[in-house]
Amino acid sequence: MNKILLIIKREYLSRVKKKSFLLVTFLVPLFLIGIYAAAILLTKKSFENNQATVHVIDQSGLFQGQLANSKNITFVDVSEDIEQEKATILEGKSKTYLLIIPKDVKESTNVELFSSEVAGFGTQGEIKGQLESVLRIRAFEEAGIDRATVENINPKLNIQPKEITVDGEKDSSAGAAMGIAMTLSVLIYICLFIYGAQVMRGIIEEKNNRIVEVIISSVKPFQLMMGKIIGIGLVGLTQFILWIVLSTALMSVASIGFMDGQHIEASANTQLSTPGDQEMAEAANSKSSAFGNFKQALDTVDFRTIFITFILYFLGGYLLYSALFAAVGSAVDSETETQQFMLPITMPLLFTYILSFGVLINDPNGSLAVWLSMIPFTSPIAMLVRIPFGVPGWQLALSLILLVGGFIFTTWVASRIYRVGILMYGKKASYKELLKWFRYRG
Amino acid sequence: MLEIKNIVKQYAKHRALDDVSTRVEKGSIFGLLGPNGAGKTSLIRIINQITAPDSGEVHFDGKLLNPDHIGRIGYLPEERGLYKKMEIGEQMLYLAQLKGLSKKEATDRIKHWFEKMEMQTWWNKKVEDLSKGMQQKVQFVATVVHQPDLIILDEPFSGFDPVNVNIIKEEILALNRNGATIIFSTHRMESVEELCDSIVLINKSKKILDGKVKDIKNTYRSNTYRVEHLPHQEQISAVDGLFTIEDRGDSLENTTLTIRIAEGKTINDVLAYLIPIVQIHELKEIIPSIHDIFVQQVTTQAPETLIETHE
Repeated sequence: MNKILLIIKREYLSRVKKKSFLLVTFLVPLFLIGIYAAAILLTKKSFENNQATVHVIDQSGLFQGQLANSKNITFVDVSEDIEQEKATILEGKSKTYLLIIPKDVKESTNVELFSSEVAGFGTQGEIKGQLESVLRIRAFEEAGIDRATVENINPKLNIQPKEITVDGEKDSSAGAAMGIAMTLSVLIYICLFIYGAQVMRGIIEEKNNRIVEVIISSVKPFQLMMGKIIGIGLVGLTQFILWIVLSTALMSVASIGFMDGQHIEASANTQLSTPGDQEMAEAANSKSSAFGNFKQALDTVDFRTIFITFILYFLGGYLLYSALFAAVGSAVDSETETQQFMLPITMPLLFTYILSFGVLINDPNGSLAVWLSMIPFTSPIAMLVRIPFGVPGWQLALSLILLVGGFIFTTWVASRIYRVGILMYGKKASYKELLKWFRYRG
Repeated sequence: MLEIKNIVKQYAKHRALDDVSTRVEKGSIFGLLGPNGAGKTSLIRIINQITAPDSGEVHFDGKLLNPDHIGRIGYLPEERGLYKKMEIGEQMLYLAQLKGLSKKEATDRIKHWFEKMEMQTWWNKKVEDLSKGMQQKVQFVATVVHQPDLIILDEPFSGFDPVNVNIIKEEILALNRNGATIIFSTHRMESVEELCDSIVLINKSKKILDGKVKDIKNTYRSNTYRVEHLPHQEQISAVDGLFTIEDRGDSLENTTLTIRIAEGKTINDVLAYLIPIVQIHELKEIIPSIHDIFVQQVTTQAPETLIETHE
């Protein structure tokens, strides 16, 4: 037992001390935060730079004094000389627009917007919204409904998805669950492969170095194999934990910038909420409430459960697959020879991975999803896809028990192939050969 | 020290060891000899408990071989290997600790050996930065650092330059003088002949012969001598009942005769006959080398071996 600890220690330390480990551990959270920060910054910037000046030539006279300046747009009423205005626009600064509202705007429903460069969708949308809003209110007034009544009639609806569980009702969000399910599916798929391949590579290295014979004259092949698997598994766990700690730390730093962004959005909203800009304010409201919904949706997700199940399924899946990777590593002399054995190992994972983006996510409690989340070879992915949607406790328990059984089985099979394989050099192993090794005694 | 009893090891269709038995005396230097593919490595792996025999037993100091013995055996495999990217000192510590030494003890012993072999500056070097000869030295130290009672060396001198061979040979002999039992395994029989007290010869999975080198050689003595004498105008011819002539040869200055003495006679009788005739320059008994004995054994077994089909 003492010896297996020595092996675990070596496998762990030799990897954690590597520069590449530190690099990946620190760069991945930085990269994620970087994307996050960049997105916020760009949004912020787009607000700041979008200050546009719109010169209005109102031939209809319907909009006099009705168009309100906003955070983004300043409206200026100008003379009626179209050609002169056009020339000004042409030579003028960017972000200056010429809006021509024809006399028959009610009938033709067309206005023209000139600019020296293509007007942004945001600006176009805002101008359109304001114009429509003015026209609508005018139409209501003509129909004998006064402005106050119109403003009071403002139906708004939000769907609040609730899930009925034995514990009572709780908020649920299919969107958030889907997003998280897909993230988990990608994450575990990649992790199983990365760490499984590390086990395989480590074994091929030992076999190529011929150090394996020195070591197994001191310890049992099984101890060496398990020491390696456990050591590399711990490296994986260390990396996850560091990622979470670092991401959380960086997030809290980045959130200062995020608060800034929110502030801008909020101030933009208040500016829009002037009377007569009902539609605009509404749009802005729905935008911020969409954000609220997103936060609300995230709040419904039980991150603790997801984290714990992820760790459990990572460990189970890792132990199951890395044992198989170990057997493959022991059977070959170089990495290029691994392909013929890799295919059947990776098939179930790949199959579930692909399904997870379709069938599993659309029908997380369907019979296919349930079956796949029970079979140990596919459950690490399938179950993690189902988890955000809620999984009955007994299914989770059964799946985990089967997974434990699964990795005990694969470890047993792998160790029997491994103990023979690591001492075989220069022999091209076939499946028949592996079966023979498996049957050797002693 | 080691009692090997009726070991059989079967790999699918190939029988690597077929009913092999032998004894290794405590404190001796033992040669495990045979051509490539004879089954030497299989036997060593069984002694190292890397594999188990299909039948038969190995006793270590009178006890059935068990995991407690692992720390008392040092093994230098034919295919040398170390972690290329690991520092030498760290690697040595790891290997010594796997053999059951405490960290402190391992550190002390490794330092001692490094001084002895003039390797002190290597501690923080990586294996890949060392020359092949240096790596061999490191590997040798790793084999003996835990002061094993039994040291098994598989083709120990292959890959060493002559200077290092002598250093390693001296160290092995010193270890032997301090009580360690040594097993040499090699197909180059002449390289260990003079070092070994006893040997076992293995060919095609079977033991051909074993015993003390002295006894074996005695058994294979054929009463043959080489006599070198100054040239003489008359050729010496065989004498019935005294000796026969096996071979003649002339060098620039001397004439050489290979003679076999007849049964019941001694070399003194022959000399008594020769001295009045020629001036003797040199006399030497022709003792067969282990290699010759091996060849002789294998060729006498030839009919049987021919029947065996090759895998």
